[in-house]
Amino acid sequence: MKASTKGILTGTHNLSGNEACVEGAIAAGCRFLSGYPIQPAIEIMQRFLERAPEVEATYVQMEDEISALAALLGAVWTGKKGITATSGPGLSLMMEHIGLGVMLETPCVIVDVQRVGPSIGIPNSPGQGDMMQARWGSHGDYEIIALSPSSPQEMFDFTIKAFNLSERYRTPVAIMADEYVAHIREKVVIPPAKEIKIEPRNYYKGPKDKYLPFKRDKNFIPPMVDIGNGYKFHVTGLTHDDQGYPIMNEECQEYNVHPLMWKIRRYVDDIIEFQETKTEDAEVVIVSYGAPSRTALKAIKQARKSGIKVGSLKLDTVWPFPEKRITELAKKVKAFVVPEMNYGQIVLEVERCSYGNANVVFVSYAEKEVDNIDDLLSAIKQVIKEKEARKGIIEYHT
Amino acid sequence: MATLKTKSNELIHPMEHLLRMDRIPHIWCPGCGIGTAVTAFASALEKSKIDLDKVCIVSGIGCTGRVAGYVKLDSFHTTHGRAIAFATGITLGNPDLKVVVFSGDGDLISIGGNHFIHAARRNINMLVICVNNFIYAMTGGQVAPTTPLSAYATTSPFGCVEPPFNIPYIADSSGAVYVARWTALHIRRLTNSMAEALNKPGFSVIEVISPCAMYYSRINKLGDGLDMMKFYHDNSEIKHGEDTKNLDIGFQTKITVGKFVDRERPTYTESYKKWLSEIKRKK
Repeated sequence: MKASTKGILTGTHNLSGNEACVEGAIAAGCRFLSGYPIQPAIEIMQRFLERAPEVEATYVQMEDEISALAALLGAVWTGKKGITATSGPGLSLMMEHIGLGVMLETPCVIVDVQRVGPSIGIPNSPGQGDMMQARWGSHGDYEIIALSPSSPQEMFDFTIKAFNLSERYRTPVAIMADEYVAHIREKVVIPPAKEIKIEPRNYYKGPKDKYLPFKRDKNFIPPMVDIGNGYKFHVTGLTHDDQGYPIMNEECQEYNVHPLMWKIRRYVDDIIEFQETKTEDAEVVIVSYGAPSRTALKAIKQARKSGIKVGSLKLDTVWPFPEKRITELAKKVKAFVVPEMNYGQIVLEVERCSYGNANVVFVSYAEKEVDNIDDLLSAIKQVIKEKEARKGIIEYHT
Repeated sequence: MATLKTKSNELIHPMEHLLRMDRIPHIWCPGCGIGTAVTAFASALEKSKIDLDKVCIVSGIGCTGRVAGYVKLDSFHTTHGRAIAFATGITLGNPDLKVVVFSGDGDLISIGGNHFIHAARRNINMLVICVNNFIYAMTGGQVAPTTPLSAYATTSPFGCVEPPFNIPYIADSSGAVYVARWTALHIRRLTNSMAEALNKPGFSVIEVISPCAMYYSRINKLGDGLDMMKFYHDNSEIKHGEDTKNLDIGFQTKITVGKFVDRERPTYTESYKKWLSEIKRKK
């Protein structure tokens, strides 16, 4: 489906990441935002409200992040596409309804503009400390999709992508941005509406009295209906059958939750996207996401000038994790270098998927500026001297 | 309501078209007041002549939280305390719907207390039916923010020491446009109130005083469910328009019931629409 031309600001703009995110949402057909003010995500709420009259969107500032996501899920069931934006402390409060969103298979987009923590941390300092929280933060077992943009252009592109993935797989999708990407101002190209692909909602088309809210179609995804059309359906956060009725036994737990996991797992090849630069001949590959991938691209140029073959694997999709590609590369390269604005999260995944075939070096940007290339370069120079793969993660210290 | 017959002359329950008969028997204990509250609600749906396709019911967690699962409407059983927040999204997403939140005192007033006052303040278009049984029943009889002073609960073994909330007073002071309270045996009056509130735009609250025969009654030695239901009914005093600050409920004291608030205020949706069109006009 092509995007509606309404509200799409086709052309070249100078936008911050947060502003670009709102433009992406509007282009994707999002007409609902419920949020709670928090830095460094606040411009997403403000811009959405500024743009609301033109596209007749609904905005509500709720009393906290718990209710912000709860209201978003409710609005989605009326047929709206919806978004909420927050930062780490708010994401912590949203965990309850990420679980409900997964259980009710409700498509929605949650933007986390990450700042440093723990707790209140520094509200306007970039961080990437919520990556594991996004994956594992809500209780029980679940799969989730998370994208990580590294520029305002990607904030625009990935927001559209997030809406499309959420509709295709009927799941909440997280955009794991960071303060750096949210506040940097860069050129953003917004294409004409006809070039923007929009995934329509998978609506049920059969007879009204035969509708089962969790009956999976041939693609393993249950079609939806909107409230108010006489289907008189029931859904619950309890373990349920196809009809949405609660059933408290192990068979139903398996019947209900197994597909919640596998509707994502079986489509990982369709969901996962990454960008590779000069990995063909690389001895060292920098695995990065978000703001540090900007530094990674500069670092491979510098390293190649000094004769070291370095490539970059930039993760657009962080969850589900691109296990296969890391495992393949681990057999070819000497080492992975993983820069992150935290004390080591995604590096754990890289190490797990390397199966001991390559050294894994962690370069923490938790305590330094994200555009610092020197540390990345010296980490590469140091690891290239290693004769064979060492077990575990090697932490690089200046 | 008369007994109905199908074409093949089978007897069918007169509320069959309003309840999910495939889920009966329900989980509620004998002597519980939630059943009568649901019966009153089903009658009110008919009485109000509201389009049932445009009514949506949302519940939280707890005994009353199960109501959404038994009523044949678009229905949502959500998280503990967040039914009002979820319902806020529904009513803003499609303002043509009438959303009913049917839940218990622990769910709406304790864990969901913040959502309750803010939805009232915003005057979100929804009817909140709060069944108050003075206790957390589903988890086995713990003290609630509505448990009367000195009443026993498993977590107040020496008598409750916390003063309880007065639900109509919170609703009134937070901005609700319609506030009423009845006991579970005031079936006709409760039905009328529900039907009236279903057709009233804005945030309406109806508190239903209900016996918990399993926990509250046993631990406080108050007899069976019917004894309690009769006690609440016979010890109530109808005072329409009573100042909501006089509606505290003590342990086995008189309970003031009636319709206390019925006023007009613009709803969030009305104000938001007005704002949208004004901005558009200026541009």
